[in-house]
Amino acid sequence: MRIRTAFILLCCVGALAAQQPRRTLGEALGKKQPLLIQNATIHTITKGTFTGSIAIVDGKIAEVGEKILAPAGAKVINASGKHVIPGMIDCHTHIAIDAINEGSISVSSMARVGDVINSEQRSIYYALAGGVTTGNVLHGSANAIGGLNTVLKMRWGKDAAGLVMTEAPPGIKFALGENPKRQGMAPQQGSQAARRYPGTRMGVEDVIRQAFIDARAYSFQWKSYEQSRAKGENVLPPRRDLKLEPLVEVLEGKRLVHAHSYRADEILMLLRLAEEFDFRIATLQHVLEGYKVAKEIAEHGAGASTFSDWWSYKVEAFDAIPHNAALLQEKGVLVSINSDDASGAEIMRRLNTEAAKAVKYGGVSDNDALAMVTLNPAKQLGIDKYVGSIEPGKHADLVIYDGDPLSIYSRVERVFIDGEQYFDRETDAMQRRELDAQKKGLIEKEKLDERQRTPARRPS
Amino acid sequence: MRIAALLLAAALLNAGENDSFLIRNATVHPVSGPKLNNASVLVIDGKIAEVGERLQTRAKVKVIDGRGLHVYPGMIDAATLVGISEISSVRETADISEVGEFNPQLRSSIAVNPESEHIPVTRANGITAVGVLAAGVSGGFGFGEISYIGGQISLMHLDGWTWEEMTITHGAAMQLRLPGIETRRFNPATRESAATPFSEARRRQETNLRKVKTFFEEARRYQTAKQASPATLKTDLRYEAMLPVLEGRLPLLIPAVREREIRDALAFAEQEKVKIILVGVRRPGGAVEEIAKRKIPVILGSPFVPIQEEDDPYDATSTLAADLHRAGVKIAFASLGAQFARNLPYQAGHSVAYGLPYDAALRSVTLNAAEIYGVADRIGSIDPGKYADLIVTDGDPLEIRTQVKMMFVKGEPVDLESKHTRLYKKYRARP
Repeated sequence: MRIRTAFILLCCVGALAAQQPRRTLGEALGKKQPLLIQNATIHTITKGTFTGSIAIVDGKIAEVGEKILAPAGAKVINASGKHVIPGMIDCHTHIAIDAINEGSISVSSMARVGDVINSEQRSIYYALAGGVTTGNVLHGSANAIGGLNTVLKMRWGKDAAGLVMTEAPPGIKFALGENPKRQGMAPQQGSQAARRYPGTRMGVEDVIRQAFIDARAYSFQWKSYEQSRAKGENVLPPRRDLKLEPLVEVLEGKRLVHAHSYRADEILMLLRLAEEFDFRIATLQHVLEGYKVAKEIAEHGAGASTFSDWWSYKVEAFDAIPHNAALLQEKGVLVSINSDDASGAEIMRRLNTEAAKAVKYGGVSDNDALAMVTLNPAKQLGIDKYVGSIEPGKHADLVIYDGDPLSIYSRVERVFIDGEQYFDRETDAMQRRELDAQKKGLIEKEKLDERQRTPARRPS
Repeated sequence: MRIAALLLAAALLNAGENDSFLIRNATVHPVSGPKLNNASVLVIDGKIAEVGERLQTRAKVKVIDGRGLHVYPGMIDAATLVGISEISSVRETADISEVGEFNPQLRSSIAVNPESEHIPVTRANGITAVGVLAAGVSGGFGFGEISYIGGQISLMHLDGWTWEEMTITHGAAMQLRLPGIETRRFNPATRESAATPFSEARRRQETNLRKVKTFFEEARRYQTAKQASPATLKTDLRYEAMLPVLEGRLPLLIPAVREREIRDALAFAEQEKVKIILVGVRRPGGAVEEIAKRKIPVILGSPFVPIQEEDDPYDATSTLAADLHRAGVKIAFASLGAQFARNLPYQAGHSVAYGLPYDAALRSVTLNAAEIYGVADRIGSIDPGKYADLIVTDGDPLEIRTQVKMMFVKGEPVDLESKHTRLYKKYRARP
């Protein structure tokens, strides 16, 4: 019991003292102090790479250039010898949420990831420290049609609402192949999980088609109702269906579909199914065999968000190749590289070097590789007006590296979101020492308390 | 010197056509010593004959121009499942983690499939030799088996027509899993984990540790009996396999993640008077000095894993190698799996960003593993007398964008194509 108390106390310290960003004077006054990052190698992604400065006013990039004037009252950061890239965007992650899969049913479009955001999960800080400033937080892949996503900015220290990137269009997760099949296959020995349809790729297609037939009928009901009302008729509205509403938004092109997929056959199936219902798949996620149907993906206009070099962890990943990203791009597909991280955020801590693998395998240019973790995912998520490159007018989401961002030897030094510093390696080191001191103090206190309590607790 | 040259000349007359060559004008990184600019490596009959800045060719060996290129020793993945596990989620494709608690007689070498797709994929990134695990270790994959002694790690070349040709040594280390205090256990069959109260978990650890010690005691009695009357003793393959361990010739490879497990392993080594190697260390805490003082080598898994505890620093997995090295611990990196074995050099490179000196990083994927397994006379560096396990690159092999241009295993050129490059070429050509 005593041990457990100490453990809980330690955890609390961990959560509380965890590197919280400090409020600047400007922020306390309700205004952000302008910033000037100067003498850095700037990877704008859209307008080349050069040595120069970035001016930040009101959380937005005001000016970028080789020689620019500091905004009035700006704090100046000398980034001589450092590299600056746009904050990285992870197009597929599961961090910062308390639940991932509502796997009990094959269509779970009523479930919302936004309802289970955990703003205190440490993964947000890990991602931030890795230079990822925006993440597409997705529902899991247990169902053919999964739950609704939420796009977060890694504003560590803010509450759940404060993390949400409100500018991002809504999305939904679909899943094909082994994962949605799993619960339809014969249960493993000892498993308590109930079997449910579908258990094959054929069944997965059927579930999605049926759902869109239902959604179309539902949409028609509402349209007839609106028409009748417009004519002044006294009619009852249709019963609301929270499962079908997001699918109607998909049909109307208002909600992005992010489809977990592996094999070429299932990828092609989904493209044709979407075309049957006249909507476009926004992104094929993982899409490990995308390179086999790159032509079809490009024609459909879907984006591809893939892993750098994962393979062989299951049967449907046995034809995965590390050249996937490069080959898809070569054939005209918009490509991003994602982490699929859960709460450990192990890949978000190094998404930059995952991108470097697209240079190694398939020879994309350094800039194109960086675009795969910045601008391209921004386009795929419909947020490229705000983030994804270093251009005037965009959010000042920036990462300062101590060297070439694609080098294995480079380290993130500072991260800014909306012009505010959310990570700084030096501050982290300092707070680490403070945290250690607090932990030691707590343990000493607990030991002292224990000695004082012991006699009273001894059985008589 | 003159005599050596004469001997060399004599050897050259009979040099094999395929496994003898001279690389010249390259930057040679022997690892055992400083790099040599504009240097040559002479390979005769699959072995390194000479390394130097001005080598003369006296025989008709093939000459490779290494201008602009770098020569390194082939890298060694100290503990992996390459060759013994194909698709990690499918039991039928893996031959690790046998049934039973004590299996010291098992050797992974004979279950290595030379046709495994993982072999060409892994070696294409510069890895020429691997320690193949007989059982999954922490951080790798297991199938719920709980062997204490899982079998012998075999050291294999990543090229050869048969496992026999690939084998460098059948027994490089003996895998021992010491029972720990497991308050939470994951059942892979049900994909659920069950909690056990601490006191009960502790009792279970003590009971199981007694089992392990009893087995060692039995092996020792067998050893004594064998010395006393070798003719009449009935052979027991399990105890027989334990003899090199008891004689201090074969080290035990013990997974130990946290400080408590490390201290358990160190205590066990002292009590049983055996040589040990720690594997999969992640949170050594205050045990680092102790590991260094006792000169226990450590095989590290990937830094690309989740942070283990909520109050660990965000870079805890990245700084681990540097922390151990600074304390004087000999480290070698390992994939502990098959899927990411090709990323071995990046485990080391990433650790450089977080404080590991570059030379130490390079050693941790080459010579250190060879030294830890006692085969540094054959592999791990570019020195005369060793196997010509070489890679030729266009730059620093610890950097991701570097390409491996050529590879030699025992002096034979190795194909760098794989299932991945074949599929890439095939679909790139799709109209």
